[in-house]
Amino acid sequence: MTFHIDPEAGRLAFTGARLVDPATGLDAIGDLLTEGETIAGCGPGLFAGGMPEGATVIDCAGLCLSPGLVDVRVQVREPGEEHKGTLASTGRSASAGGVTSMVCLPNTLPVIDDMSVVEFVARRARSVGLTKVYPYGAITQGLAGRQLAELGMLAEAGAVAFTDGVRAVADAQVMRQALNYARTFGLLLVEHPEEASLATDGDMNAGEMATRLGLAGIPREAEVIIVERDLRLVELTGSRLHFGHISTGQSVDAIRAAKARGLPVTCDTAPPYFALNENAIGDYRTFAKLSPPLRTEMDRQAIVDALADGTIDAIASDHAPQDEDAKRLPFGQAAFGGVGLETLLPVSLELYHNGHLPLLQVLALLTVRPADLFGLAAGRLAAGAAADLTLFDPDRAWRVREYELYSKSKNTPFDYRPVQGRVVMTVVDGRRVFTLDD
Amino acid sequence: MPTFPHRHLLGIEGLTPPEVTALLDRSETYVEQNRRADKKKSVLRGRTVINLFFEASTRTRTSFELAGKRLGGDVINMSVSTSAIRKGETVLDTAMTLNAMHPDVLVVRHPESGAVKLLSEKVNCCVINAGDGSHEHPTQALLDALTIRRRLGRLEGLEVAICGDIVHSRVARSNIHLLAIMGARVRLVAPHTLIPAEAERLGVQVFHDMREGLKDCDIVMMLRLQTERMQGNFLPSIREYFHFFGLDYDKLAEAKPEALIMHPGPMNRGVEIDSVVADDYSRSVIHEQVEMGVAVRMACLELLSANLTETTQHNI
Repeated sequence: MTFHIDPEAGRLAFTGARLVDPATGLDAIGDLLTEGETIAGCGPGLFAGGMPEGATVIDCAGLCLSPGLVDVRVQVREPGEEHKGTLASTGRSASAGGVTSMVCLPNTLPVIDDMSVVEFVARRARSVGLTKVYPYGAITQGLAGRQLAELGMLAEAGAVAFTDGVRAVADAQVMRQALNYARTFGLLLVEHPEEASLATDGDMNAGEMATRLGLAGIPREAEVIIVERDLRLVELTGSRLHFGHISTGQSVDAIRAAKARGLPVTCDTAPPYFALNENAIGDYRTFAKLSPPLRTEMDRQAIVDALADGTIDAIASDHAPQDEDAKRLPFGQAAFGGVGLETLLPVSLELYHNGHLPLLQVLALLTVRPADLFGLAAGRLAAGAAADLTLFDPDRAWRVREYELYSKSKNTPFDYRPVQGRVVMTVVDGRRVFTLDD
Repeated sequence: MPTFPHRHLLGIEGLTPPEVTALLDRSETYVEQNRRADKKKSVLRGRTVINLFFEASTRTRTSFELAGKRLGGDVINMSVSTSAIRKGETVLDTAMTLNAMHPDVLVVRHPESGAVKLLSEKVNCCVINAGDGSHEHPTQALLDALTIRRRLGRLEGLEVAICGDIVHSRVARSNIHLLAIMGARVRLVAPHTLIPAEAERLGVQVFHDMREGLKDCDIVMMLRLQTERMQGNFLPSIREYFHFFGLDYDKLAEAKPEALIMHPGPMNRGVEIDSVVADDYSRSVIHEQVEMGVAVRMACLELLSANLTETTQHNI
C-alpha cells in the first residue's frame, strides 16, 4: 500500500544505498539502520558483520538515501478551506514528494494568530501521522498588517517562524516594530516580498507577454521595493529576516549585496522560479498563475545563478492548492498559486541534471539549510538524529500529470512536464509513510 | 544646612554626587518631621509656590502641595483644565502671566519633553521639573534613591533592574542618571520595542529576558506601561506582556532573596506587576516611596528657595 504507515517504529536496515548527506558531504554506497524513531548508525560497511537482528531489510540497490526533505513554505488550507486541501491530503502529497517536515503558512480560517490554532494544527497533524507539520504564526493579528500578533506566546505554543503569509507587512513602522519585537525572543520573520499597491490589480509579470495577452502586469519592482525596504529595516533593528519565494534578478542582487554587508538575511525560492518563465502561461493557462508571478527568462537565469552561488539559501515548494472552481476561470479572475510538494524534488534535480549545481548542493537546499534556518531538528543522516529519510532514484524519468497527483487540488504549473527523479520511499520518525508502488 | 548651587531643578543629569547627597541628607530630616503630629515648619513663610500642571497628576501634585504647606508656604494649584491653556494660551504666555504675580517657586509638569526648561528660561523664580514628557522626573529619582538608601544603607555598588516601558519613561531616565552618579549599576529589562535606541550609551546593561535581567539584583524597579503614549505597535497584547515581562513571584525568584520591589505608581495591577507581589509588604516598598516623596519635595523647595534673594526677585 502506498501510504501504509508502519504501526511501530522498529528497526529498518537500508542496505546498499547511495548515502547522500549534504550536512557532512557524505556521498558513498553504504548502509543505514534506524532504531525506533532515530538513526542508529550510517556509513559504508555498516552491515559488514551481518544484518542487524530483527530488522526489516530494505535493499536499496544503489538508490539515493538522503535526509528527508524540509519544505518551509506550504499552504495546507485546513482549517477553513478543506475543499482545497486538508492536513491529511497535504500529508499524503508531502510524503509522496519525499518531504518529511513542512512549515505551514498561517493564512488559514481562522488565521494562525492565536495559540489555540497552533495547537489545533499540531494535534491534527499528529493524528494524521504522515509528514511532520510545523506552523508559522502570523506577524499581525488577522494578517491585517496593523496590530502585532502575540509572537512570544505563539512561539511558546509551537510556531517556528512568523509571516503574514501571501502578503507583505505593508506599513514600514509595523514591520520595523515586528522586527524589533521578534528580536526580543530571537524569532525569525518571513516576508512575502511584494508591494501590494503595485501588485493588487495585476495578473502576471508586467512586460511584453502581458501586453500581448492583454493582461494587467505586476512589475518586478513590486518585489525589489519591499526587499530593499526590509533590508533597511533589518539594518535598523538588527533582527533576522527571511524572504520567501524570491523571483527576480533585482531581488537577488539586493540580497547578495546585503549578505556581503553582513546583514542577517536569508531567502528561498520555489521550483517554478528556476524552472519556468512567464511563457508557461502560454494561452492563458491559469495553473501557471502564481504569486509572485512567473518572470522573464533573464530572471529565471538569475535565480539559477543565485542558487549556485549561495545567495538563495533554500528551495521550498510554495505549495498553494486551488480547487477547480478557483482555477477554471478567465485568467484575470483565477486564483493565484500552484501545488508543488510532489514536484519539489524532481524539478529541483533538474539543477543537477542540467549541470548547474552538484547533487549534494541541490539536496542541501532541500534539507539541512532550511532545517537550520528554521531551527528544526532535521536534515541530517547522523546517529541519534530523527529517522526522517527519503529514498529516491535520481535518474528515473516520468511525466507529471495533474490527475496522478496525491494532492487534493491538482493545480500544478508542471503538468505534462517530463522530469527525472522519483521518490521511492519516505520515512518519518522511523516509520515508512510512503512506498512507491511499481 | 547644606546648600544647592543651582537655581532650578530641571533634571538629574549633570548633578554631582555631593549635590545629590545634600538633597537626600536634607530629605532625611523631613522624614522624621512628617511622622510627628506637628508637621509644620515656617522656612517658606511668605513664599509662594505654584503647582503648574499641564498634565493630569494626583500623587505628584498632592505631594508637592503638602510639601509646600508643611514648610509654611502659600501653595496654589493650577491644572490645565482650569487654566487659560484651554483657551489657547501658549506655555510661555502662561508662564509670563504667572511670573508677573511674583511666585517664588514654580513646580511644573508638562507632556512635552523640554517644555519645563523652556519655561524656566522666561521666569525669574525657581523652577522644579515635576515631569516633562519622556525626559526627566528628578524628584521621583530622588525619592527612589532615598527609599533605597534608608532600606539598604547605600546606593553605591547596588544592582538595580529597571523594568518595562523604558522608552516612554521620564522616571527611568532620571533614575538611570541618579543611580549612575551615585555608583549603582543599572540594568534595563524590556522587549526591544520598549527600549530606546542606543540605550547602552547611557551606561546601562540591556536585557530582553526578564529572568536574566533580574538575576541577583538588589532592586526591582517596575514602570507603568504607558498605554496612553503607545501609538504604533509596541506590544501585541497585555496578556503577552504580563506573561513575559510582568513581575510575578516566579520571575522575582531570580533576584536576591531580600531584593526590594519599587514602582513609581500609578500601578496597573496584572499588567506590569502581579497584585500579590505589589502587596507583599515584606518586599514591596511602594508606599514608602510615596512617603519619601513628600520629604524629598520639602528638601527641594527649601534648598532652592534658600538661594532666592530680593535681588533675583526683581531682576527680570
